[in-house]
Amino acid sequence: MPCLPTAGAVMTALISARGITVRHGGNVVLQNVDISLTAGEIVTIVGPNGSGKSTLLRVLIGALKPSRGQVTRTAGLRIGYVPQKLHIDPTMPVTVRRFLDLPNRVSDAAATDALLAAGAPDLGSRQMTQLSGGQFQRVLLARAILEKPHILMLDEATQGLDQPGSARFYQQIDHVRRDLNCAVLMVSHELHVVMSASDRVICLNGHVCCEGTPDVVSAAPAYRELFGTGTGGALALYRHEHDHHHHDHEAAD
Amino acid sequence: MLDDFMIRATLAALGTAMATGLLGCFVVWRRMAYFGDATAHAAILGVAVALMFGWSIIAGVGLVALGMALLIYGLTGRGHAVDTILGVLAHGALALGLVAVTLIPGQRINLDAYLFGDVLTVSRLDLAVIWGGAAVVSLVMWRRWTGLLTATISPDLAYAAGLDPRREQLILTLLMAAVVAVAIKVVGALLITALLIIPAAAARGLARTPEQMAGFAMVIGGLSALGGLRLSIWFNTPVGPTIVVVAVGLFALGAVAGKLRAISR
Repeated sequence: MPCLPTAGAVMTALISARGITVRHGGNVVLQNVDISLTAGEIVTIVGPNGSGKSTLLRVLIGALKPSRGQVTRTAGLRIGYVPQKLHIDPTMPVTVRRFLDLPNRVSDAAATDALLAAGAPDLGSRQMTQLSGGQFQRVLLARAILEKPHILMLDEATQGLDQPGSARFYQQIDHVRRDLNCAVLMVSHELHVVMSASDRVICLNGHVCCEGTPDVVSAAPAYRELFGTGTGGALALYRHEHDHHHHDHEAAD
Repeated sequence: MLDDFMIRATLAALGTAMATGLLGCFVVWRRMAYFGDATAHAAILGVAVALMFGWSIIAGVGLVALGMALLIYGLTGRGHAVDTILGVLAHGALALGLVAVTLIPGQRINLDAYLFGDVLTVSRLDLAVIWGGAAVVSLVMWRRWTGLLTATISPDLAYAAGLDPRREQLILTLLMAAVVAVAIKVVGALLITALLIIPAAAARGLARTPEQMAGFAMVIGGLSALGGLRLSIWFNTPVGPTIVVVAVGLFALGAVAGKLRAISR
C-alpha cells in the first residue's frame, strides 16, 4: 500500500510500524499492518467495530506486543495518549489538578494553561469521578498535551459526547495541534467530521484496506464496501463541504 | 525501654499499621483484597515449612508468602479470570499449612499465634523485622509513588508515558509479601487483609487526593493499633482481632460522618 506524501510535511517518520500482526487467542486481530506518522500530519484510522483500530493504537503506544512486526520510534518520542475510556475506581480520590500531575509533576501555571487549551478551565479542584463525560475527555486531553507530545493519539475520544459536544472537542484538538505543532493520530467512527480534517485516512479492517487523502479513500471501492450503505448521509455531508467534483459512482439519493 | 512488653507491642502494632495503611490504599484501588488473602494465608504454610526445616519462622513465612505472591503475579499476566484461582490458592495454602503443621513430629506449636497474631510476645528481633520491613515498604512506595499511581489509574496511560505497569505490579506484589511477613506477628494471617483494607476504606471519605488517603489510612491504622491494644488489655481480648474491631469502628464512624456531611450540604 503506497504512502501518499503530504504537502509540506517532513518525511522522516516519528513512529512507524511494519508488518504488525496481532493474534488474540485463535483470532488474527491485525494482519501485516504498516503505518507511519510524520511530524505535524493528521492521520485518521477508520474501520468498523472489531477492525483492530484500538489494538493498533495500543501496539503503537507500547501497551501490546505484536505477534509479528516491529514498531520504530524516533529517540525521545513523546506520545500524548487519550484513551477511549478511562475508568477511575471510585475508591480513589483524585482531583483534576492531581490527575494532571501524572506521570510527571507540572506547575500550576502549566496545568491551568492545559485545562484552558483543552476547553476545561476551572475544573482543577473537582474530583475526577464527578466529571461529566465531556469534561472527563477534556481533562484527558489536557493531561495528554501537558507532556508537549510530538504525537497526540486519540482513541474514539468523543465517544459518549453528543454531536455539538464532539464537534467542539475536535475544534479543541485542532487548536491544540496548531499550538503544539504535533502530529495527530486518531481513531474514529465519525467519518465526516474526522475525515474532512485529516491529511491522510487509513481504512482498517484487520488489514489496511485502503489509505490516502480523504477523497481518495472515500472513493475507494474497499472503503465503500465497508461504509457505503450505512453512512451515505455522512459521506454526502463530507462531499458537500469539501469535494465539488462529481463522481460517476455518486449515489443520487 | 524495650524491656517493657507493652512498649514493644505498641511499637510493633504502630509499625505494622504504617505499612498496611500505605500499601492498603493500593490494595483497595486495585481490588487486590483476594490477592492479599492468598498471600497472607500462604504464611501459615510458611510456618509449617519453617518448622519442618528448622528455619526461623519469619524466614519461612517470608519465603512462602513471596512464592505465593510471585505465583499470583505470573497468573495475572496471562489474562485469566484469576478470582477463582486466587480462591483456590488462598484456601488451599491455608488448609495445607494447617494440616502440615500437625504432621510435623515432636512439634506442639500454638498455631493461634500465627492465625490471630500474638503481639504481646514480640521480641526485639521481631520488632527489628517489623520496623525494618515497614521502612523498606514506605521507602519503596515513596520513591515509586507516581509510577505506581499512574499504572493503577490506567496501565495504558503508563505505557504511553514510557512506564512499565507490569513492573509496578511486580513491585506491589513483592511489597505485599513483605507486609505479610511484617504483620503476621501482630494481627495474624487471617486478619492481615483486614488491616490492609479497612483503614484505607475508612480514609476514602476524608481524602481529596491519593496522598491524603494514604496519610489518613496510616493515621487510622495507627489509631486502631493503639486503641485495640489498650482495649484488649482492659477487656482481656485477643489483640489482633481487637485492633481490627477498632478499625471497623473508625470506618463506621467515618461513613456516618460522610453521610451527615453530604446531607448538611
